[in-house]
Amino acid sequence: MSITDKEYDKMAKKAAPPSPKGLNMIKAFLVGGAICALGEGLYKLFERLGVNEDGVRALVPITLIVLTAILTAFGVFDKIAKHSGAGTIVPITGFANSVVAPAMEFQSEGRILGTGAEMFKIAGPVIVYGSSAAVVYGLIYWITQR
Amino acid sequence: MAIRQGRYTLMLPSRPVITGSAAVGAKKEGEGPLGAEFDKIFEDATTGEATWEKAESALHREAVIRALAAAGASPSEADMIFAGDLLNQCTGTTFGIRELDMPFAGLFGACSTMSLSLALAGIMTDSGALRMAVASTSSHFCSAEKQFRMPLEYGGQRCPTAQWTATAAGAAVVEAQGDGPHIEAVLIGRIQDLGIKDANNMGAAMAPAACSTIIDFLRDTNTSPEEYDMILTGDLGSVGSQLLLELMQKQEGVDIGGVHADCGMMLYDLNGQDVHAGASGCGCSGAVVCSYIMRRLKAGELKRVLFVGTGALMSPVSSLQGESIPSIAHGVLLTN
Repeated sequence: MSITDKEYDKMAKKAAPPSPKGLNMIKAFLVGGAICALGEGLYKLFERLGVNEDGVRALVPITLIVLTAILTAFGVFDKIAKHSGAGTIVPITGFANSVVAPAMEFQSEGRILGTGAEMFKIAGPVIVYGSSAAVVYGLIYWITQR
Repeated sequence: MAIRQGRYTLMLPSRPVITGSAAVGAKKEGEGPLGAEFDKIFEDATTGEATWEKAESALHREAVIRALAAAGASPSEADMIFAGDLLNQCTGTTFGIRELDMPFAGLFGACSTMSLSLALAGIMTDSGALRMAVASTSSHFCSAEKQFRMPLEYGGQRCPTAQWTATAAGAAVVEAQGDGPHIEAVLIGRIQDLGIKDANNMGAAMAPAACSTIIDFLRDTNTSPEEYDMILTGDLGSVGSQLLLELMQKQEGVDIGGVHADCGMMLYDLNGQDVHAGASGCGCSGAVVCSYIMRRLKAGELKRVLFVGTGALMSPVSSLQGESIPSIAHGVLLTN
């Protein structure tokens, strides 16, 4: 008896152990929440240091990005992210990590075609579709609010 | 001279001998259940090299030199080396052995390369064309991740069906005469594809290939699973192994559960080493067969082992283009 692709697909799905979704969600919520709380704390800190509102809005993400870059460089970030998943990917930390990680990895292929070209391998699509979505949003705003 | 038996199996009447073999690995492999079986463990996965690709080449070279030394031979005595790996254009192999000055036949069989290289070395030695052949392969977790998946420091999550590419290499020296385990028969497999597209579930993609090769071998040789001490698949991992047993039952009504083992489930501690469904990569079956299995055959603890190396024949491009994963399995009957 031979097995069809469809039957085998069913067998393979049954044999695959499921991801621990509940636990993953709890960990993502806690870590993601902690990163947001850290952001809020930084916001308050910079405000107290007398930075104006525009300055604070720039400094908070910059601090988180630098922190992520350092943790990525020391090989710590991926160990946290392995547990927290979307909790570290969704905030700006995920974006920073996705730029630094390939930049490090492709150093061996040189500064231009290695680090330079590969740096946006993962973050590139986010920039492309993020800016495209912003254009569409801007058009809708312009048409409806005129 | 090889004799065809049944449709696909080649019996090697001169029973070529594996006169030496060696396996090398890195720290994680050294910490696994087979850690003590390795001939050398590199504590540092870079092996002191500047790139991961060079590190893989160093592993490969080390395994080849050690296997030749175990056979009491030097590289210049080998008539040919059959070898390959996972990296583009098989540079893990070629850059590793370029100074060894041996006639080289490069192979790509993905993770089935150890069985493919052993099979070809066996056929060529049996035919009298070669007096001494080397069969070898390697893989490196970091070079493979870089080529096939995400950068090492990227903060992603691996799914439960994913397997861990072994940082290891294995090599065996095959000679017409000498002491050691024999290559009794070989079977070059046919490509199978049951439509699995998930590159994170290669065990499922490869199980049908293992099933077809095992069935063909048993049918051609008119034998049953009980006549083997072990039917050893390459790197199906826990998911693929379960599927193989199910496929064998469903398609052919053959139960190999009693004698089946899988290199992908032997190399690491599946629960303690965070490797999800097990090990993979050319170096996985390469290292397990060239250390643990060869030693047991030599000691007589194992007498007949049907080694079925399995390979997933996809590329990063084919995966992105939504293609399913064709896979292959080659059989080598090892006896003591």
